[in-house]
Order: sequence, then structure tokens, then C-alpha cells
Amino acid sequence: MKPAPFSIHIPDTIDEAVACLAEHGEEARVIAGGQSLMAMLNMRLAEPSILVDVSRLADLKKLEIGPDGLTVGAATTQAEVFHHPDLATHMPLVREALTHVGHIQTRNRGTVCGSLCHADPSAEMPLLLATLGGTVTLQSSSGTRTLSASEFQTGLLETAKQQGELCISAHFPSLPSSARWGFREIARRDGDFAIVAMACIADKGTVRLGVGGVSDAPTVEEWSDLSTADIPDALNRLAWKMGGTDDIHASARYRRELVRRIGQKLIEETLS
Amino acid sequence: MTGMEDDVSEMREPLVGQKILRTEDQTLLRGKATFMDDIPIAKGTLHAAFLRSPHAHARIRGIDATEALKLKGVHAVITGEDIKPYTKPLIVGFANPLDYRGIAMDKVRYVGEPVAIVCATDRYRAEDALKLIKVDYEVLDAVVDPVRACEESAPVLHEAAGSNRVSHRVFNHGEADKVLDAAKNKTQITIRYPRNSVTPMETYGVVAEYKPDTGGYDVTSNFQGPFSVHTVMAIALKIPSAKLRHKSPANSGGSFGSKLTLFPYIVVLCVASRLAGRPLKWIEDRLEHHASSSVAPSRVTTIEAAYDDDGTVNALRMEHYDDHGAHLRAPMPAPIYRMHGLSTNCYTIPNVKVTNNIVLTNKCPTGAVRGFGGPQLYFAIERVMNKVAKELGMDPLALMEKNLIPAGSFPYRAPAGALIDSGDYQQVVKDSVEQGKLDWLRERQKQARAEGKLYGIGFAAAVEPSQSNMGYISTLKTKEEREKAGPKDGAVASCTISVDALGSVNVVGDSTPQGQGHQTALAQIVADELGLKFSDITVNLETDTQKDNWSIAAGNYSCRFSPASTSAAKTAAERVRVKMTKVAGRFLNVPEDDIEFADSMIRSKSNPDNGLEFRRVGGLAHWSPSSLPEGMDPGIREVAYWNAPELTPTTANDEINTSLAYGFAFDFCGVEIDPDTGNVKVDHYVTAHDCGTILNPGLAKGQIRGSFANAIGASLYEEFVYKEDGTFLSGTMADYLIPTAAEAIDPVLVDTVAIPSPFTRLGAKGIAEGNQYTTPVCLANAVADALDYEDVTMPLTPSKVFGWINSGEEMAPPADEEKTEERLSVDFSGDALRGEGETFVPAPREKVWETLLDPKEMAALIPGCKELDKHAEDHFTGTLKMGVGAVRGTFEADIRLKNMRKPESVEISGTLDGSLGVSRGTGWVELDEVEGGTNVRYHYEIHLSGTIASVGGRLLSGAARLLINQFFRALVARAAPDAAPRKGLLGKIRSKFGGNS
Repeated sequence: MKPAPFSIHIPDTIDEAVACLAEHGEEARVIAGGQSLMAMLNMRLAEPSILVDVSRLADLKKLEIGPDGLTVGAATTQAEVFHHPDLATHMPLVREALTHVGHIQTRNRGTVCGSLCHADPSAEMPLLLATLGGTVTLQSSSGTRTLSASEFQTGLLETAKQQGELCISAHFPSLPSSARWGFREIARRDGDFAIVAMACIADKGTVRLGVGGVSDAPTVEEWSDLSTADIPDALNRLAWKMGGTDDIHASARYRRELVRRIGQKLIEETLS
Repeated sequence: MTGMEDDVSEMREPLVGQKILRTEDQTLLRGKATFMDDIPIAKGTLHAAFLRSPHAHARIRGIDATEALKLKGVHAVITGEDIKPYTKPLIVGFANPLDYRGIAMDKVRYVGEPVAIVCATDRYRAEDALKLIKVDYEVLDAVVDPVRACEESAPVLHEAAGSNRVSHRVFNHGEADKVLDAAKNKTQITIRYPRNSVTPMETYGVVAEYKPDTGGYDVTSNFQGPFSVHTVMAIALKIPSAKLRHKSPANSGGSFGSKLTLFPYIVVLCVASRLAGRPLKWIEDRLEHHASSSVAPSRVTTIEAAYDDDGTVNALRMEHYDDHGAHLRAPMPAPIYRMHGLSTNCYTIPNVKVTNNIVLTNKCPTGAVRGFGGPQLYFAIERVMNKVAKELGMDPLALMEKNLIPAGSFPYRAPAGALIDSGDYQQVVKDSVEQGKLDWLRERQKQARAEGKLYGIGFAAAVEPSQSNMGYISTLKTKEEREKAGPKDGAVASCTISVDALGSVNVVGDSTPQGQGHQTALAQIVADELGLKFSDITVNLETDTQKDNWSIAAGNYSCRFSPASTSAAKTAAERVRVKMTKVAGRFLNVPEDDIEFADSMIRSKSNPDNGLEFRRVGGLAHWSPSSLPEGMDPGIREVAYWNAPELTPTTANDEINTSLAYGFAFDFCGVEIDPDTGNVKVDHYVTAHDCGTILNPGLAKGQIRGSFANAIGASLYEEFVYKEDGTFLSGTMADYLIPTAAEAIDPVLVDTVAIPSPFTRLGAKGIAEGNQYTTPVCLANAVADALDYEDVTMPLTPSKVFGWINSGEEMAPPADEEKTEERLSVDFSGDALRGEGETFVPAPREKVWETLLDPKEMAALIPGCKELDKHAEDHFTGTLKMGVGAVRGTFEADIRLKNMRKPESVEISGTLDGSLGVSRGTGWVELDEVEGGTNVRYHYEIHLSGTIASVGGRLLSGAARLLINQFFRALVARAAPDAAPRKGLLGKIRSKFGGNS
């Protein structure tokens, strides 16, 4: 398990980074925390000829938490977000979800934006971006653009980020003070990839449920005036809409059942 | 250093039995220990990387290493054909026609089997070269189920053997058939024990060097023994065994049995170093370890029991299908025979019939795994005992107690031959019930059930064997074969103790420890014997087969240390004492029977003031040989070879005392199962062990907790998963799940009797494997109780347990549900990924047909394909680069069209071959004319193997679906370029599913 040969480019500026990405096209990969990419390199599942290391770019170390939400730069680690003193006040749902992201050791290296760009269907950060309706900002040599979660998240390990584009930052909006929230994750072991992860937000008669781990990308459903009696049918419809797949850890049916059963508990406890 | 040694020296009571901190930990905890990969290597040493089979079963038609050899830094590429002239087949314990030499020769038989070795200046270059080696495989059908493998129609792995069942033996001890046929009450159960292992932190490591001067080989590796396998290696290498020098490093990063089957690599790497002309180093990586090192045999057992109305069990009859994977490697199939004498466990069941089928399948070959045959056997016995209780409406514990071997009847000869040396099982149960609060647990269950919870209680008991009889594997042979081969028995342990010129004591043992604390325990024993302080004893347990004393039983396995290595140490220390008593007696002028060794003095018992320092007496033997009693050899270096006469050969009736000392383990537990998730929560766990004399309570408890943690892994998490086509799916630590600190459970450790073994020098028995035996089946019995469900298999994964609770139909989709996404089912019980669907193309059928079958168009359809070469109307090849997300690979595509019925239907089969793996697939496509265009219906099956399947299991189905969707999106775009790209073009995809999702 040794990676194929590659060269590493450590840019001093964002402009230099995107220029490098533009020059090398699909041969280049961005590396920040490396918590997914290094394993893929070592197993030679990915063999880029150049790595662009953005982890030391000061301009990407952004971390702002306030009443508007959380804005996190591409080089900011999950641990840095987790340990920010204002996180619990303004973004308690993000804080709760971060405790499920890998382990302390991987969070010390792994970045929030890296997780969004890797787009693992079970990952918590993409689920939260989708559920909270966040945005991702991308920069290339031709400028910057900001995409909503639904525009950005296109599928399994895939995003709308184009060759030559660098994810600069992501924004997770905060919840209105009237909103209630809940989070549940079912995984085989502490810190494992979620079999199903769910985030729920209830506010002013609407219930929003984000589900990860079942389909290729996080799925968000919103209901208004959802009565307790309606929940089973609503969740059954959502479960079948997402479908789910069998894998080594759980069957597709099991995933759908968790959406129905744990989903119901989560919605009920969020509403209560 | 801590003040620990000083505290100890103040005490007069024996060190054996005291909780003394481990001497080993000073280096380990400071990160200063030297492991295999830390040992400096000779200048010029090459690094090896193995090319491994992506197929479960295939014939090798040719290997072309031309391009690999051109790579800078690559010195040699070595294949099975190169190894063959320098080796003989690696033998096992019975005559057979199998030809196994550690590397594939004409065929590969499991995913991960070594096919070629690259020797390069570093590991990176060696791995770069792997993908340049071209192997031409003819893929064959595979078989992974041991019962299926015994059927006539099954593909045969080893043609020379003629069958996958390489050994079949029936053993009758008593009259089980007669009793079962006449029994009023009988029952049966079939159990399936999964494929698992215990994964050490340190993987295999070898440095091998050919010595042209002697024609032999020098090897350093973390091989653990038994050293009987050293003879297997020497025979395979065609050299005298003295010329195969094997050295073990001082520290091992764990083994749990797995490092036994490192030996085929040693043989292959020895020859490779000879051919490459340089020393060769190889450190196994994690993926290699999971796919291709060592696993416990999985097993299917059908077991029957005959019993009386009062719960007395009169007979057991069992048939085992023991699954050893692709090859038999010495000492396989030892696990099943190691337990043979204990085929009735801890019960007074007088009749037992055992049928052993040793079966080969297309999976990783087996080896030693902590528990060595016990978990499989006891899972069957303790499940059937549980079922007998259930059928009688009896409490399971009452039924067990009814049948336990009574105290006072030891040594007890079990019908299959075990001479169970000692015990008081009733007392252990009594202590457990009291200290583990069984009454409270039963009340807790009652309450939980009243609240509608799924709560179960389970029990399990096991005899814990230790120190294997080196003759037990001969039980596999018939009486006639055994007579011809000559007797095999015993288990020789050795220890060497020297006292040097300053009187300091050095102990060398043959136990190749892997973290258990052997140095500490041996120092305790020797210090006691010689009246010295704990810190006075130096223990070195590195081994060097050219310089140390060893015999075939040497090594670290099957709880050998506590009964045997300690006995050898005790015996050697006694010999030192005898010699020094003679020297001191002469100097002190006291009779030898008045001499005592205490407080680092050798002195007169009756007049303690008349004494000499221990070190002075030791020094005399070196500085003044003339002062020694007449006829005495100078120096002090005593070697003890110790053996137990109770380890007799297999009798004419196939009875065998499989081990020397037999401890006892008893567990009970309460589990609660979440009906919504299927999660099994271990609510209360109690475990008791009688391991005879406890050498060091700290070490003993460490072994119990360690074994318990491993057993929790086996019970709840761990399995090496293979699909029916032999595809291996558990290549990483994200697929093969082991319990971490967060999953650790703290059991109640019962303080119970310690009945010394009469057959070992210190009365000690093994304790390192007890929970491997009891815990899985104890939890299985509890789950069976909670769910009233019989076919409980491990690991108890939530998804599976959920299925046992909810066997009914799933809630149907809403009536108006329009499925918008095609779904693909990966049926893990099946042999392939299968899926089907349909899509609408707004173009005429002829146009769609043209698009599908034109090489240029097809190239555009296939993700990542630039160009296809057309070799015939129905045959195309090309190179494509494709992947999902960051995962990218280059593949050679070979596509053939069959059953073309223009423009209605076609069968497309293809192979993609690349460094990430190989996939073979077939798609059946039908085109129907519909209003406004063509409806394309398709179904397909895909076989994936190699790295991508082994490490990507969690995302495979999604990735396959993504690529197929890309294909059809491209089809729509190419066939109907003018159709407005509208959302939901693929929305017409509907699907049915072939799997069990």
C-alpha cells in the first residue's frame, strides 16, 4: 500500500492554487486534510500525478461563527470548528453532527470542505449542508461562484465542482431561535460511516428531514402541518423514494426501515 | 523504573501468584520496542511486493513481466515457475497429492493468492512494477460454501486431489448411533461458524537471505511457531534443517495465532532472495493481511443429541464441514483435531460420534486463530444443549448442571480421549451465580419483558485445553496409517538458565511471546526457585534456531506457556539449584539437605548466619573451577527439556488426549435487542475461569479481558465476507470491523477456585482462550432466548438481527409512488451484482440500434472510453479510463456481442481488466418501439473482483449504478441529439430488483 509517484505543489496563494489546477486538469487533485484521499492514494484507487496542498493557505483558514451561521474555509479542520467557543451557541446541530465525524484523530486533520467535496453518501457534513440549506463557494481562474447544496451535491462521490475549480469555503446557515432540531445516526461502531444519519429541523409548522447513507447523496424532505398520524406514511414514501442499496454492512430494506422507525422517533422527539 | 521491584524484594512469600507489573512494559509504553520492521537491514537489501490474484479461481495461461523488468530499480520478477525447481511441496500431517508452495503455479484459487514477486530497491518501485505485469487468466467457476464444495457438480480446486473434500473420517466413541436411534427424546441443530480472525497490529514481516557458502538461508521473521513447521520449511527448501536459520525479534506486535502461517512466505522469499542475489525484505500490508494471511476455518456442523426426560444427555452425533479455504497449510486441519478429545465438552455424555469433512474452497487458507477449533465445536455443543433444555421446558443452567462432570471424578477420561486433569465445575458455577447476581438478572429480564422489551439470558460452559499434544493431528490418519508412520505424542518445552561470572542469572526460553508477559512470569518462577529478587533475573525470549535450544513444540500457541514453558523453566532452575547447592554445601560445610536459597543468599537452614552470597557461588563456577566438587563441570548453564507423559499417542480406537491441562470457563449474560435497529446490547456479562495456579493475577486478568474483547468482535462485528463467486469484500478496517475502545465491554470477573493441574510443574493451566469458546455461544444463546429464534449466526450484525425480528413483508411503497431512480441490488448472498431497468430514448429504434452497435458510438457511450477497435462484427477492444469521484483506473476493455437480433435485442458481454481489479459483465438489451421513440429495457449482471471489490464494498453498488446511468445518458444523448435536454429524461427508468433488498 504505497502510492503511485506524484508530485506535490504547495501554493502560496489561492490564485496560484487555481492556476495549478487549471494547468493540470484531471491529473491534479486538491489535498487538504487527506483523510479520504491518502487512503485512496495508498491503495492506488486514485493516481493523480500532482497534488495541490491547500492546507497551509492562510486565506483558506477562515472560521466565522455568528448569528448568521458558520462559514468555514477549505483549510479549516473539523476539530477547529468543533472547538470554536461559539459553535454550541449558534450551531448546536453542527456540533452534534461533528461528534459522529470519524474519530478525534481524523477530525484533527480532516476538513469540513474536504468532506463536502469528497461527497461520501454517508458523511455527516454533506448531510448538514443539505439539511440546513447551505452553500459552497468555488473559485477558478475565471472567477468565483457560489452554489446551493442542492446544486453542488450531484451524487455519489460527485459534486458540481468542475476541473480547475477549488472549493474556497462553505456556509452553513444557523437556525431561527424558534426552530427545534434533532440528530440521529446509526453506525456499526463509534465513528464508523453511517448506515443511516438523519437531521431534523422543526419550525413554525414545518418539519424538514435530511437523510444520509440511504441514497447517493443527502436527501432532504420538508413537510408542513405534519400530524403525528401522517408521519409513518410520509416516511414510508421518503424511504421508497430514496430506495437504498445493499452493502456489506446493511441491506437496502434495513436502511429503509431505519428511515421509517428511527425517522419517526427523531421527528417526534424534535417536535416534543 | 518504578519502586515495584524493591517492594517485592521485601516480601518473603513466593513471587508466583503475585500481581507483579510487567517488565516488558517499560520499553513498550515508551515506544522503544524493536519490532520486525524496525530491525536494521543489510545494505543492498531488496524490497518485495506481491502481485496477487484478483480472481477466486482461474488458470494461469501466461505471465509477462517484460515491462515490469524495464522499470528503474526493479531487479527481478519471480513467479511460481521460478520457485518450483528450488522447492518441494509444503507438507501437511497426512499423505495427499496437493502441491502447495506458497505461490500460485498453474492456477490461482483465491482472491489475494500470490502470483509473482517483484524485487526492487524500495517498496514503492516494487508496487509500481506490479501493474506492469501482464497475467493471462482463464477464469473458472468458484465455490465458497463447504457443503456445496463436496457435491459432485462443484468445481474442483485441486485436480490432483480429485475432490474438494481432502479428508473424511468417522469416529465412534461409544454407541451414539444406537442410542440416538433408540432415543425417546432427540433433537438437532445446524450451526454455521463464520470466517473470522484476530487481527494483530503488526502484520507479517520477513527478511530472507540466501547463504551461498552453506547453501542455506538466514531468515528473520515474526513467525511464532510451532517450530514443527521449521521442519516443513526445511523439507520444502530441500536443505538440512540446521541450514535454515530462523531468528525472531524481541518484540511482536501481536499474533493471536495468525503469524503461524507466515511460513509459506518464508519459503517463497528465501528462494526469491536466492534468485535475486540479494537479501530480501517484505512487510505485509493491511490489505494483504486481510485477503491472504490467515483465518479461522469456518464451519457448518449438524449436531444431534439424545436425552432423557430428566435432562440427562446420553449421546451426541455431529458432522462437521470444516472449511479450510484454498490450500491446507501445516498444521492444518489441526483446529478440529485439537478439540477432538473434548467432543463432549464438560459433560458426562458417554456416547459421541464425530464425522469430520475437511473441505477446500476458493477462499483465503486457514491458520491458527485464538481459540483454535474451540469456538466452532463449542458453538455447536452449547447450542444443542440449549435446545435440549428448551424442548424439555427446563432452565438451560439446570440442564447444564445435570450433565457437568462431577467434582471428585478427576482426572476424568472423556469418551473421545481427553484426560481432563482437574476441576470443580459445580463450584465455579456456584461462585458465578452468586457473584454475577443471576437472581437479579432473571428479575431484570422479567421486568424488561413485562415492558415489552426483547431481553434474553444466555449461558455457556467450556473446557479450556492447554498445551497441545503434538500427536493429535495423527488422529486424522487411520489406525493402519498411524502404525506405519510411527508414534507421535508429547510436547517438548525447553529452557536454558545460566549463572555468569558475577552471579547474574539469564533465562532463555522457547515461547516466542507476542505481548503476553512471558518474561515477567518466567522471572517470577526462576527468582522464587533461586531465592533471588525479581529484578535479578534477565529473560531473553528472542529465538535463533542455530544457537538456542528448541524442539518441535516450541512457539506461542494453544495456551502452551502456562503449562509447559513454565514447567521447563522450573525444571531448569531446579537443576541450577542442585548444582549450586553442591558447590555451596562443600564451601559452607553443611549437608545439601540443610541448604536454602533465600534473600540472594545460599545458606544453612539451621544456621542462617552460615551462608554465601548467591553471586559468590555463581562466580566460583567460573573463576575457580578447581574449587568445585570433584567431577563437576565448570560454569553454570542448565538446559531442561520437559515433556508430560500424559500426552500419549492416539489409541487404536482413535481416542486422543489432545491437550495436557484443562481449565474450565463458565459465562452467563443478559442482552437487550433494540426492535427498531436490531442492535444487540450486552447488558450484563459474567465470566469465570479456573486456570489452576495463577502465576500472576495481572497477566491472567489481561488474558481474560483480551480474549473477551476478541470474542465480542467475533460475536458482534467480525467476518471476512465472500460472495458466492469468491469475490472478497472485507479488505479494509472499514469492512472488517473490530471492536475499538468505544465498543469495549467490562465483564464481571468471578473470583473462583484455582485447582492446580497435577500434570504441570506449577499447577498452571492456560487461560488465554477461554472467552473465545464461551462468549460467542453465550451471546448466541441469549439472542435465541430474547427472540425465540433458532438459526442464530455470528456476527450478530444489526441488519441481520433486524431481519430475524421482522421476517414479514416490508411496508409497501405508496400506491402512487413513481420511482425516479434506478436501483441496483447487490445481493451479497448471490454471485454477482444484478440490476435491471428501462429507459426511454426519443429516437427511432433503428437509430438506437445503430448507436448501440457502432464502435465509434459505443466508445462514446462507455464512460471514459476514447476509442474502440473493431476486430469483428461482434468483437471490440479498447482502453478506457473511468471511475467515480477521485477513484480512477485505467482498464483494458474487451467487448463481445452475442445473439444479435437487429434491431430488437442483443447480449453484450465484456471484461474490464486493470490494476484496480477485473470486472466481467453481461447485459441483455431489448429495444421496443413506442410512441415517440424507443423503450430500452435491460438487465445485467456484473462480477467484480480485485482491489476495488475488496476495499470499495460500501460504495460498489452505487458506483456501478452511476456508471450504467452514464452509459444510458450517453445513449440518449447520442441517439437523440436533438431531443431537448429535459429534466426527467431518465425519470422514466423503472426497475425491479433481482436481490433480496
